[in-house]
Amino acid sequence: MTLDLWTITKRTAFYALVVFIVFVAVFPFYYAILTSFKSGTDLFRVTYWPVSFSWDNYISVLSTGSFPRNLLNSVFVASVTVLAALFLAITASFALSRVRFRGRSLLLMTILAVSMFPQIAVLAGLFEVIRFLGIYNTPWALIFSYTIFTLPFTVWVLTTFMRDLPIEIEEAAIVDGATPWIIIWRVFLPLLWPALVTTGLLAFIAAWNEFLFALTFTSSNATRTVPVAIALLSGGSQYEIPWGNIMAASVIVTVPLVVLVLIFQRKIISGLTAGGVKG
Amino acid sequence: MRMKSLIAALLASATLGVVAAQAADLAIVSGDTGNGLEFLRSQLDRFEAETGNKVTVVPMPSSTTDQFGQYKLWLAAGNSDIDVYQTDVIWAPQLADQFLDLTDAAKDVVANHFPSIIESQTVNGKLVALPAFTDAPALYYRKDLLEKYGKTPPKTWAELTATAKEIQDAERAAGNPDMQGFVFQGNAYEGLTCDALEWVVSNGGGQIVEPDGTISINNEKAAAAIEMAKGWVGNISPEGVLAYQEEESRGVWQLGNAVFMRNWPYAYQLGNGDDSAVKGKFDVVPLPIGEGEGARSAATLGGWNVAVSKYSKAPEEAIKLALFLSSTEVQKERAIKQSNLPTIVSLYDDADVAAAQPIIPNWKEVFVNAVPRPSAPTKVKYNEVSSLFWSAVHDTLSGNGTAAENLELLEAKLTELKGDAW
Amino acid sequence: MTVEATAGPAVRTQPKIESELLRSRVGAAMWFLLPMLAALAVVAGWPLLRTIYFSLTNASLTDLYGADFIGFKNYLSWTTLKSGRTVFSGLLVDPTWWNAVWNTLRFAVLSVTLETILGMIVALVLNAEFKGRGIVRAAILIPWAIPTIVSAKMWSWMLNDQFGIINDLFLKLGLISQKIAWTAQADTAMTAVLVVDIWKTTPFMALLILAGLQMIPKDIYEAAEIDGVHPVKVFFRVTLPLVRPALMVAVIFRLLDAMRIFDLIYVLTPNSSATKTMSVVSRENLFDFDKFAYGSAQSTLLFLLIAVMTALYIWLGKVRFDGGDR
Repeated sequence: MTLDLWTITKRTAFYALVVFIVFVAVFPFYYAILTSFKSGTDLFRVTYWPVSFSWDNYISVLSTGSFPRNLLNSVFVASVTVLAALFLAITASFALSRVRFRGRSLLLMTILAVSMFPQIAVLAGLFEVIRFLGIYNTPWALIFSYTIFTLPFTVWVLTTFMRDLPIEIEEAAIVDGATPWIIIWRVFLPLLWPALVTTGLLAFIAAWNEFLFALTFTSSNATRTVPVAIALLSGGSQYEIPWGNIMAASVIVTVPLVVLVLIFQRKIISGLTAGGVKG
Repeated sequence: MRMKSLIAALLASATLGVVAAQAADLAIVSGDTGNGLEFLRSQLDRFEAETGNKVTVVPMPSSTTDQFGQYKLWLAAGNSDIDVYQTDVIWAPQLADQFLDLTDAAKDVVANHFPSIIESQTVNGKLVALPAFTDAPALYYRKDLLEKYGKTPPKTWAELTATAKEIQDAERAAGNPDMQGFVFQGNAYEGLTCDALEWVVSNGGGQIVEPDGTISINNEKAAAAIEMAKGWVGNISPEGVLAYQEEESRGVWQLGNAVFMRNWPYAYQLGNGDDSAVKGKFDVVPLPIGEGEGARSAATLGGWNVAVSKYSKAPEEAIKLALFLSSTEVQKERAIKQSNLPTIVSLYDDADVAAAQPIIPNWKEVFVNAVPRPSAPTKVKYNEVSSLFWSAVHDTLSGNGTAAENLELLEAKLTELKGDAW
Repeated sequence: MTVEATAGPAVRTQPKIESELLRSRVGAAMWFLLPMLAALAVVAGWPLLRTIYFSLTNASLTDLYGADFIGFKNYLSWTTLKSGRTVFSGLLVDPTWWNAVWNTLRFAVLSVTLETILGMIVALVLNAEFKGRGIVRAAILIPWAIPTIVSAKMWSWMLNDQFGIINDLFLKLGLISQKIAWTAQADTAMTAVLVVDIWKTTPFMALLILAGLQMIPKDIYEAAEIDGVHPVKVFFRVTLPLVRPALMVAVIFRLLDAMRIFDLIYVLTPNSSATKTMSVVSRENLFDFDKFAYGSAQSTLLFLLIAVMTALYIWLGKVRFDGGDR
């Protein structure tokens, strides 16, 4: 009996912790949703439960300007950025984690150093490069510039994970005459799913949310991404901040990411058990 | 990009000849907001119909600091994708090198505008931008509350303090604990420079840096003015006013929780919106005056202008657009539809404007008292001057040092910044 | 560490037979690295060099290309007065800058420490088996998924002294006795920034740690359980060492981010010297003020400071970022 009681207490405490974590994480978002259904002076009144329900903010966000177009731009830019970064990073991490060569640590440090520069500081130089390449005001300018923060991150994380894969698997493949290329794609990749999905997701979100480059390297509504579009949402007059619209837009922007996580979260768990590292 | 458009331009001129080469694709950046953008678009449609040019609007975030950073970077890199810029009144001296001189193009119309505004956009004899509309704040007061307690709109800051205190305390006792006496913009940003400049000037304390470049801020009258404002915080103004920008003050005001507010004309129309708690219960008067010699009502000059980038590929058409946007016609429309204050003197006596926006003629009085920020004498260093000034004021308001101490320090910093000359 | 024996497959044991294989592996590795390095060189190398170059000139944004080379004068210069006194000026003796450095360091250390601890707790919770885990996992990612500019604005809205929900909630819960103007004073504003930053980035930390936890073979735990080892002991003896590589990398990247913090400070705090961080000061000089070169110098110094800090961290934390020299 006492053991059962102990188990129940532990269980309750555990679920209480889960509820608390979820509450803290979600409450501001819940409040954003709540606000997104309010309008006018109602916005300035604090409520904890929905009092009025109007889709006006959503309609106005989706119908004015080019918000749907910006949404598509964001999807395109973030997806391509992540795919490119992962592709470049997988091969590079293999080299950095499984092959010994001189200057390897120096190289890793250099890659890390790239992400130490404040974004604002590279703005001017990057702007020159982008104009030189002739991709200013296209989605490619963003995909290109986002590499500066997604690539070092993915390389580093994947290198860490790849280093931890057991040697026996690789040796077996080498004995079978597999080239490094095959080892990467046939042997390692299935094992790396959790890491790939995690880094991919984090990089996707980072690219999805980026603001400064997106604002600087585009100059038309048709090429801008969602964060910029949200920043450009404006009230009727100069100093008016359209909280309702901003919150509605934030909800619209955040929902796809939540869906993405829901789809991929299974991969995060199942990757390893399926991969057979267990043995 | 440049190459492509060059080829496109070549092709266009080759196939369509001279006529097509004259019509241009123009791009104008605007940090304007919802209704403002709609209005701009409607005017641009007219411009397109009249001239055959095509104009694209590139909206920008409404934060002027963000806009300024972007524009500076774009202009520095010689960005030819933007032809016409909407500029804040204080930017002219800082961006003068990158804009075309409009003196010749505008020589027939400059006389119609307020000379002080034209002057603010003239740098070393070069007319950098043409004014589109102007802005000047006023004191908003609650008619109903003042009547209830038998008060008249305050003429001096001392009066304002007393009235605000009395009504605030009485209303709080009567069951509204959120009632505030006076809300203004106390966050550490350009808006505080505007607010504090008004306090200082209205007390006869000079304009921070005088038109001839002398640093005048370290004087007793200025210190007294800022000490007076410090006295408001936590007394007739909430502690939070130190983080307020225009919108936060309006939020408090529009919920009916403030007796007085210092704000720009935009709050007038919004305050009379259908869901506003203060609809029909308020009015505006010029900002109060201070004490002693040289005291007068002062309103910081705001407003927006249009400038033409010197990197524009179609400068002539771009200049036409700038002239169009600052014209009497457009300004009249703007006044009627947007309640923006015109920069053209005659529009204040215009019957249509008066009928649509009765407050605009009244604002002429406010405008007569307008004070420019010291952007002209301090030239490219204005932003830093302003930042140092608002920091000193914000420090004082939040209790880090007295006004006298902080202004003395400010004077030293400004002197160092100035060097031999601004 | 578990990976003690993994690097360079069996090279040590059979050097002669494997040498050709090794050579071809190294060759392949070079080809694998090339595209990534090329990408980084263009996207990062050139802009970095430009900024460092500008920091050695007197460039201003109005005249970017007509700049003169002035050496290290932006960093440190001195003039000897007639009285024989030497006056130093430049970034290295600029109190505003060092104040910003101090603000940033304080913020970075505090936020990253708290985020690591909280992230670890959240990751452990998510690593346990329970119903609805998928939903919870998605839910805790929400803070990270909301764009920073939006969450900064959202929090400034919630923290508003008059109509913010935080004051209302705390008043109702009896935590505070009167409405607090969180973002008006430097100290409460800094607390607010910390809270928001931790709220926003703990999920990032948690997810990376979780991925590390997932890589730990289950049988180790099973063995520990059979041996009757106390769970706390298991955590410190088994889990922590095994998850350390992932943890270290997560901390490094958070640290880099924290050292460059900009948006939250920009939106949530009064723009006073008590809260300005290095990035904020540097942005001011680069774009708002007419001191592009000085701002570049600040960016460069910020870069160097971060580099030194990372090196220290890697050295002190004994992070085996090269896979160990076995």
